Amino acid sequence: MARRVRLIDSTLRDGSHAVSHQFARESVVAIARGLDEAGVGTIEISHGDGLGGSSFNYGFSREDELELLSAAAEVVRQARLAVLLLPGIGTKEELAAAYDRGARVARIATHCTEADIAIQHIGMAKEMGMEAIGFLMMAHMIGPGELLHQARIMQEAGADCVYVTDSAGALTPRGTRERVRALVEGLDIAVGIHAHNNLGLAVANSLVAVEEGATYVDGCLGGLGAGAGNAPLEVVAAVLELEGYETGVDWLKLVDVTEGAVRPVMLRPQVIDGPSLVMGYAGVYSSFLLHTFRAAERFGVDPKQIILELGRRKVVGGEEDKIVEVAAQLARGSPLP
Amino acid sequence: MGKLRCAIVGTGNIGTDLMLKLRRSELLELVLVVGIDPQSEGLALARRLGYETSVEGIEGFRARCRDLGVELAFEATSARVHAAHAPIYRELGVTAVDLTPAALGPLVIPYVNIGDVLSEPNLNLGTCGAQATVPIVAAIASVAPVPYAEIVSTIASKSAGPGTRQNIDEFTRTTARALVQVGGAQRGKAIIVLNPAEPPILMRNTVYAALDGAVDREAVAAAIEETVARVQGYVPGYRLKVPPVFDEEKVTVFLEVEGAGDYLPPYAGNLDIMTAAAVRVGEEIARRRLAGAEARRSGEGAVNG
Repeated sequence: MARRVRLIDSTLRDGSHAVSHQFARESVVAIARGLDEAGVGTIEISHGDGLGGSSFNYGFSREDELELLSAAAEVVRQARLAVLLLPGIGTKEELAAAYDRGARVARIATHCTEADIAIQHIGMAKEMGMEAIGFLMMAHMIGPGELLHQARIMQEAGADCVYVTDSAGALTPRGTRERVRALVEGLDIAVGIHAHNNLGLAVANSLVAVEEGATYVDGCLGGLGAGAGNAPLEVVAAVLELEGYETGVDWLKLVDVTEGAVRPVMLRPQVIDGPSLVMGYAGVYSSFLLHTFRAAERFGVDPKQIILELGRRKVVGGEEDKIVEVAAQLARGSPLP
Repeated sequence: MGKLRCAIVGTGNIGTDLMLKLRRSELLELVLVVGIDPQSEGLALARRLGYETSVEGIEGFRARCRDLGVELAFEATSARVHAAHAPIYRELGVTAVDLTPAALGPLVIPYVNIGDVLSEPNLNLGTCGAQATVPIVAAIASVAPVPYAEIVSTIASKSAGPGTRQNIDEFTRTTARALVQVGGAQRGKAIIVLNPAEPPILMRNTVYAALDGAVDREAVAAAIEETVARVQGYVPGYRLKVPPVFDEEKVTVFLEVEGAGDYLPPYAGNLDIMTAAAVRVGEEIARRRLAGAEARRSGEGAVNG
């Protein structure tokens, strides 16, 4: 019997990093409708850095994310809408507001060592009757055992699933396999994989994760996403079908939505350029990429040097403010600590 | 001038660090240290340093407060415990300087609004993020209107206590409110990031303030630098990482807070700035009361003489 894999689309959340959070309402409606018709059961919509992410630090959204949720809720027939929330950025108020606009899946994301700050929000999501998914970001930074320990904190808080979230696109198939295996063996709930393509391994890592027992897989149409992008959802769907998994998704329809609604609004090709590769290599949060390009241009320094220095400082997700600081220091030639 | 007599209630990391800072104060005299855990390291240290202690919690405080002449209590317990203690302080006529997130009284930031709230019976120190960033927002707002201020506080995971972790929303909410109510911004947003790197990182704060493109940048930069120097008066490890960065729509200020390393490790600048601010607030209260008492004495002297 073919094993069932649940695909979650993040084009309108992680993908929004690639367009600097400038998705127009019409795009959101077209993409959500297309995903829904192709059979994708869960569609994530939020600022790239989650609810409340619209800011100087992460970039202001073109449209209010709550309005985008409402617009998508009007056109989807079968799909459930998901939102991302990073405790420390978004709060309970924003989660409740998203619920009012139709969100029924809450993905609560923390740095991989800080699961306990999600207990509050996982609890809130469950109280509101939402499905709660824990997201352990930058999962490459700790080993499988420690990751399982953190995942158990989320499980205990009520999460229905915990993700190995490779925010830096730094995991190889081996690293992915070890971490997913630890979670599948050690948890009583579902395990998911969220891959970035900085090392060109997003689809391979997603497949490896499924082989190890992950049943939730994230992707974005056209591979949109932070850094070199996420696993392209249409490719993941096709590959999983070839391997005999059941996703309930028509991957050819996903290709049509990608060509028709995503590629026309892309600001730049979603490729593994030098800086993205350096991110994967140095283990730097993918969302930093476009912010780094802007800072590099403004201060006249090499984006790769900025990324390498951020990697040396072991900055984590959310520390976008350090990009300008590092660029300013590199430009001044001040000694770096 | 004499000293104002004060007590510490709560002998965890914060209370203990506060105790070491109060030892240096020329205006505050610590006369009582109150805890509930007989095994507490803080209480043991207090005894070694020769302070009167009690393990009876607030009842111990109530029993000794009048005899010792305590006028000021530093609350270093938790928000819930402070809510229970606050009416007792009030009943005893003791001013409370609250280091918990209870926020029962007005938020106080040294130099920024201390003059407005000094006569309140209960003063709240808000969050470490507010203590670190509100002075900067207020400095900018003193030169130009700030339609929106946003701050990002990054702290070492090790320095984030269970209270912060269990209710991280409280940090973002309280800090954002402080940017507006005390900092003078029209709208505010606060973000907190925990970083687990080893060795632990020093507390970092980035302040973004929206500004009109035509603003006098030199005046803004000067106000920021003046404020940094002022905060350094009570938090010596408070400094700019790079000079303020201006662009068409905003100024960005990068701050680092290294703790004094009294009881808490130097990376915990987020906790140090709270205890240092508490001492600073207590000293300001002491200065006014002691000056008032002196004035009354000399007034009496004039009549009698």
